[in-house]
Amino acid sequence: MSELNNSMTQSSLNTATTSAYEKWRLLKDAIMRRAVVAGGLSVIFAIVVIFFYLLYVVYPLFLPATAERVSQYVIPGENAGKTLLLAVEEQNEIAARFTDTGQVIFFEAKTGKILAQKTVLLPEGSTIVSSAQGTPMREGAIAYGLSNGQVILVKQQYKMTFAGEKRVITPSLSYPMGEKPLVIDESGAAVEKIAFKIGDNSTVIVAKSAKKIHVASFEKEQSLFSDEPTLTRTDSILDISGADISDILVDKEDHNLFLMSNDGLLSYIDISKKNAPEIKQRLNVVKVGDKVTSISFLNGDLSLMIGDSTGLASQWSLVKNPTGGPAFERIRAFKVSEKAVVAISTSEQRRRGFMTVDANGMMGIYHSTSEREMIKTPVSDATPVAAILSPRANALLIQNHDGKIHFWHVDNEHPEVSIKSMWQKVWYESYPKPAYIWQSSSASDDFEPKYSLTPLVFGTLKAAFYAMLVAIPLSLMGAIYTAYFMSPKMRIYAKPAIEIMGALPTVILGFLAGLWLAPFIEENLAGLFALLMIVPLGVMVFAFGIQCLPEPIRLKIPEGWDAALLIPVILISGWFAFSISIPLETALFHGTLRDWFKAELGIGYDQRNALVVGIAMGFAVVPTIFSIAEDAIFSVPKHLTVGSLALGATPWQTMIRVVLLTASPGIFSAIMIGFGRAVGETMIVLMATGNTPVMDLSIFQGLRTLAANIAVEMPETEVDSTHYRVLFLAALVLFMFTFVFNTLAEVIRQRLREKYSSL
Amino acid sequence: MIKVWFKSGSPWIWLNAAAVSTCLIMVIGVLGLVAVRGAGHFWASPIVSLNYQEDDGQVKTIIGEHIDTTVTPAVMAKSTGFTMADNEDVLIQYLIKTGNRDLTGSDFRWIQERHVKAQTEPANLIVVERREWGNFYGQLAAVKEGDKVIATGEQAWTVLQERLNVALELHEQITHLEKKEVGAINYGFEQLRLKQKGLELKNAWNAETAKEFAAKKAAYDVDYKRYQAQLAELYQKIRRDSLVATTESCAELVIPLSKVVEVTQPNKMGVFTKIGHYFKKLGYFLSEDPREANTEGGIFPAIFGTIMMVIMMSIIVTPFGVIAAVYLREYAKQGFTTRLIRIAVNNLAGVPSIVYGVFGLGFFVYILGGNIDKLFFPESAPAPVFGTPGLLWASITLALLTLPVVIVSTEEGLARVPKAIREGSLALGATKIETLWRTVLPMASPAMMTGLILAVARAAGEVAPLMLVGVVKLAPTLPLDGNYPFLHLDRKFMHLGFHIYDVGFQSPNVEAARPLVYATSLLLVLVIIGLNLAAILIRNHLREKYRALEG
Repeated sequence: MSELNNSMTQSSLNTATTSAYEKWRLLKDAIMRRAVVAGGLSVIFAIVVIFFYLLYVVYPLFLPATAERVSQYVIPGENAGKTLLLAVEEQNEIAARFTDTGQVIFFEAKTGKILAQKTVLLPEGSTIVSSAQGTPMREGAIAYGLSNGQVILVKQQYKMTFAGEKRVITPSLSYPMGEKPLVIDESGAAVEKIAFKIGDNSTVIVAKSAKKIHVASFEKEQSLFSDEPTLTRTDSILDISGADISDILVDKEDHNLFLMSNDGLLSYIDISKKNAPEIKQRLNVVKVGDKVTSISFLNGDLSLMIGDSTGLASQWSLVKNPTGGPAFERIRAFKVSEKAVVAISTSEQRRRGFMTVDANGMMGIYHSTSEREMIKTPVSDATPVAAILSPRANALLIQNHDGKIHFWHVDNEHPEVSIKSMWQKVWYESYPKPAYIWQSSSASDDFEPKYSLTPLVFGTLKAAFYAMLVAIPLSLMGAIYTAYFMSPKMRIYAKPAIEIMGALPTVILGFLAGLWLAPFIEENLAGLFALLMIVPLGVMVFAFGIQCLPEPIRLKIPEGWDAALLIPVILISGWFAFSISIPLETALFHGTLRDWFKAELGIGYDQRNALVVGIAMGFAVVPTIFSIAEDAIFSVPKHLTVGSLALGATPWQTMIRVVLLTASPGIFSAIMIGFGRAVGETMIVLMATGNTPVMDLSIFQGLRTLAANIAVEMPETEVDSTHYRVLFLAALVLFMFTFVFNTLAEVIRQRLREKYSSL
Repeated sequence: MIKVWFKSGSPWIWLNAAAVSTCLIMVIGVLGLVAVRGAGHFWASPIVSLNYQEDDGQVKTIIGEHIDTTVTPAVMAKSTGFTMADNEDVLIQYLIKTGNRDLTGSDFRWIQERHVKAQTEPANLIVVERREWGNFYGQLAAVKEGDKVIATGEQAWTVLQERLNVALELHEQITHLEKKEVGAINYGFEQLRLKQKGLELKNAWNAETAKEFAAKKAAYDVDYKRYQAQLAELYQKIRRDSLVATTESCAELVIPLSKVVEVTQPNKMGVFTKIGHYFKKLGYFLSEDPREANTEGGIFPAIFGTIMMVIMMSIIVTPFGVIAAVYLREYAKQGFTTRLIRIAVNNLAGVPSIVYGVFGLGFFVYILGGNIDKLFFPESAPAPVFGTPGLLWASITLALLTLPVVIVSTEEGLARVPKAIREGSLALGATKIETLWRTVLPMASPAMMTGLILAVARAAGEVAPLMLVGVVKLAPTLPLDGNYPFLHLDRKFMHLGFHIYDVGFQSPNVEAARPLVYATSLLLVLVIIGLNLAAILIRNHLREKYRALEG
């Protein structure tokens, strides 16, 4: 056709009489040709855009972090003493340096310009011996242990105000427990180590002095009658030698106290009863001979990061033992260096990320749950004096031996997921063992989001499997009969009737499945199983009955209308099956089949379960498979079947040996397309399952599929967050899955078409 | 004999036939279920008055509609905590819709058949459909004007009807004023604010424009005050009358007529009155706004939203689908490219609809919409205009989703146009596009129509992607109204399919809303089956036509 047209175009161009009108016509033709070609190719473009857009959103998940040095400057207020601690506020604008002389210097994080210098009020004649940051970290509190057995608590505060459009942050210092130091050791021995938890209503200070561990807790009680809250103090001394304790940690619930000794012995003490602390467990966290070099809580205070002298950073968490109470266990370890880990900074406040610095000045940023090493880069030549990761994990402040502070910018958007954390078992904090869990959001930052796609993929495949279990027999048998045995007159009506099933909105099927079918099956579970046996039996008996009819009557039954004849048979046997449901359950299972399953086999029953989904989604998939398979069987060339019949084969033998074999690629492609549809179906699973992301093969349990998960969670997720991107990844997985299946099916179908045309 | 019979393969054929029958039964069963439950919703069912012995032995009256009956075997009933006598085999329970949620706290009640002492259907029982608190069941005692009783007994019913008609009329006026007139003023105010901000951003805001704006605002204010006065007057009028009704426990309840939609006495109605009432309710269902978190009232906004979205989608999908099909069939050389396109088309058809939703949300809403907002609507920031799900994005997303349907159908139509017709046209000197435009496409137009109808049917029933790109459970305004520019593509809209999901699964009172969901489902099924049947008919007609041409 197009050659014809080309030649015509040329010939008309060659004639001398080409008028302006002719030119216009040809121009129009050429323009339209381009437009149509562009339009046609845009279909490919569309599918490519969908794919690449999904990929574009997902891609940043797998990028490593980047870090670059923004600036370096001389330590602000150098003669105010040595640095004990560094701190950065959330916006990365202001940093603070706490010195051993009780000075607090606030400076611009980027330039080192001093903004304010405050002095902590120390009692006459005392010096600072120890210091610690309090939990929870976001409170920004610091405690100083003094040489006279006293402790003083200060809190850094950053007040944000807006001057027009500009943000102004003013730093200040406050004393949450009053300006007067608290006496911890009455004897006046120096406080060598200190840890504390600070909260609105209760504060706990744990301190080591004179080889003893003191626990002092303060409960604030608001009295009904006076405005001034009353402070109740409880003191106790632990029944444990504090001689070689090198680190103390208190969690933010002030339930658990951890003491670390030099040689790696960790004591886990329950301090929820303030006057009677209880030692729960003592264990070695490093090999004999190795030393623990740094220790810190991970965000949420549910697990500890312990760095040792061999360069290993390990995560320890309280794990619920099957035998008894919680016990401490190592759930994973990172080999971060060949040298000793000198600092672990876990000041990241929203995620389970942490930063390590080793003796060589090598800095690494990791994420615990996803077990990813986000970045590893040298930040100094030797052991740094102090290093801190900012609360949002996007900046880094390091003080080096050269007397300079380095300010780094860190770009670490999505450390929470890795291939491993999405597809393999992950040992989450507080879980007894590694597991596949999808729990994308939680009430607070204390519980980490769990992005395992495995239960969702499992749910998807489970739903699709049960749907196919229902759909394949019905649709293929139906297709065989409709294409080959049914009378043409009935086929005209039966085929569109079944195909119209496919047009029914899935939201209606889902609604019926969830609100009508699920309660119905729950009531008549035994009836459903009886149906599976009674209906085929009824059909057989009826068919045999017809066979036994005297010849003259039998021949009067029109050929190819069997399906119509069977409708009342199936209705009656189906009704019978359900009507014996209750007597059957009462007689055989002494109650309900559900209870029997629960009691005898330990299989729980959810009202909205895989069985309901299987039936409802099977219903939705039947027309897809039926239609394509029927076409494939119907278009098997007639001479093949006629030949087979002429050679003496029965119609059924012809069907099985000739027709099905020839049409098998078409049937295969029908099943593939049906499977693709079942995998991507959203509304039915959304409405007919409980949407519980569990990995349970039981047919009576609920499930959550990828598609339903997207529908449930997508509207609530924040744009460009990790959750958002993981949901896009789920969409991409669905896309790829159906893409592979459909392409395969289409290629097979095209092959089949060529084969038929050659036959 | 049985052996021979099995050997002949005939039982297997019968089993295959049974599969077809099962499929047919399932289709008809589902359609029948939806039809019966959905259509039954509007029928005025009788109200029963039951003398019921409560668990504590007292006999009380229960008034309500009989909704459902369950039969539980004695064993099961025992295990769920009922005490069963030895001679009882089954426990029969009724679900009664007792209404009066404001008094009892719930709409429904399960009662045991064995404790029902007597059952009557007194003619004087009334059902009051209220705008708040669901239905009321009871007896009419009196009609009040202010605090004065103006009618009691038999007379009350006729007076009530008169007064109620007046009240409904007033209610209509109030809604009109509040929604249309005051709504337009609010819209005008908002537009003024945006315009002012826009001018300020461009540094074009000066004393002159300020004056102009102030004048406009003043004009709006005058209108607004006038409407407020009118409304106050109407409200005073509508609040005047009320009805006094007694409940089953003889408590009196005063229901202001402003809160009443309809009062009926179903037990007095004859068949023809019921039929009339049925159609009245049906009309109400199709034309009114929903009430009470969508569990009562009509579904008009959902119908309207669905239609708007489908029309927008058709406008977008038709040209693209037809052009792609024309390219495949008329321009492209059959080979690798066309094969690739066909695979792409099939893949587009096979991609799960939720993936389109995700793509639409990310690409259309956040990227395209976000940039449109930045370029054209800087004055609305930070509130998004197109950078949030809305009608336009929903339509485009569904157009992408239904593109394969139109392509496949149009291509089939083009393939059926006999070659001779094209060749004849070309031989007469027409260019290719002229041939296509004047002869081929008109002949293929019914096929395009088929494709479009199927696309519309698909789009009308699709919910999953819409949940992400523009559908809401309750849209305060329609996407088409009397305020310039009339068609608001950025607005969110309601959709029948989503309405079913939302009311059936997300509403606080699922049991009460269920009949409504069935009715909505029936409407949706009818529309979609109708569209599909139309498509099939057109296709069959087309085939006949070309068979004649070819022959």
